[in-house]
Amino acid sequence: MLHTSDRAAFQQLARDELAGLYALARRLTGRDAEDLVQETLLRACRSFASLRDRRAGGQWLRVILTNVWRDRLRKDSRGPTEVPLDDVECFSLYRTLVEEDPFPYSDTLHLDFLGSFSEDDVHIVLQRLPPLYRAPLVLRYMEGFPTKQIARVLELPLGTVLSQLHRGRKLFERALWDYAAESGAFAACSAAREDTSWSR
Amino acid sequence: MEPMISCAAAVERLWAFLDHELDDHDHRAVEDHLAFCRRCCGELEFAKHLRRLLETSGAGELPPGVRARLDRFVDELTQTAGGGGTP
Repeated sequence: MLHTSDRAAFQQLARDELAGLYALARRLTGRDAEDLVQETLLRACRSFASLRDRRAGGQWLRVILTNVWRDRLRKDSRGPTEVPLDDVECFSLYRTLVEEDPFPYSDTLHLDFLGSFSEDDVHIVLQRLPPLYRAPLVLRYMEGFPTKQIARVLELPLGTVLSQLHRGRKLFERALWDYAAESGAFAACSAAREDTSWSR
Repeated sequence: MEPMISCAAAVERLWAFLDHELDDHDHRAVEDHLAFCRRCCGELEFAKHLRRLLETSGAGELPPGVRARLDRFVDELTQTAGGGGTP
């Protein structure tokens, strides 16, 4: 039960944070984001009285949302998918770009490659990663959670989170490369480059 | 003086190095390696850009329809929690 004064405060906090919560939910699940936000607000409303520092409300809501997502993932009968280390460990996007040289006329090969991805492309690539590896990347690099906090929120040993972050980065590199090859980004970028050079 | 770590060992630690998550010993080992290895400096620069790409990944705007439904949900939730009746 919320006190009358808490009711307005909770409404204000929830409304201020809706966009950020929805973005985090989309990054974690890719689907059912709205439902995830609703369950988060439900849990948060029940325990709002326990929030001592109201200025930390946004972070508090994000932790709750991650807890809800974690609980759902555990209930999912498919369970988290481990990726064999060998499959990703050997891949280096930096070296692959040097070896494959997809933009032969570029002096800034690595930057040109990364520059060919829109924000939406990166979102799509992230969604291709198994949740087990995507979540630590999202929490660390998009939400700015320290690694120790990620370990607490996901209820995992710190070493496991560090290992998942490492594999997640490797998988992300691999997925970027595969996505660029599939989406024809190399050809489009080379064509644009040739057009530019002809028009000079 | 400790022996220099290999390129593979340095590259494996680059993101943790950027995140300041290595202990002092490993942090120094990577720094020492980078001081003499140009290729790994290239890897480090690339890792910085890759990290920035991740940080700026879009999740799209909150669609107006979703915003309206969630706003309504917050109203109903607080009314119920405040004893204002069943939504």
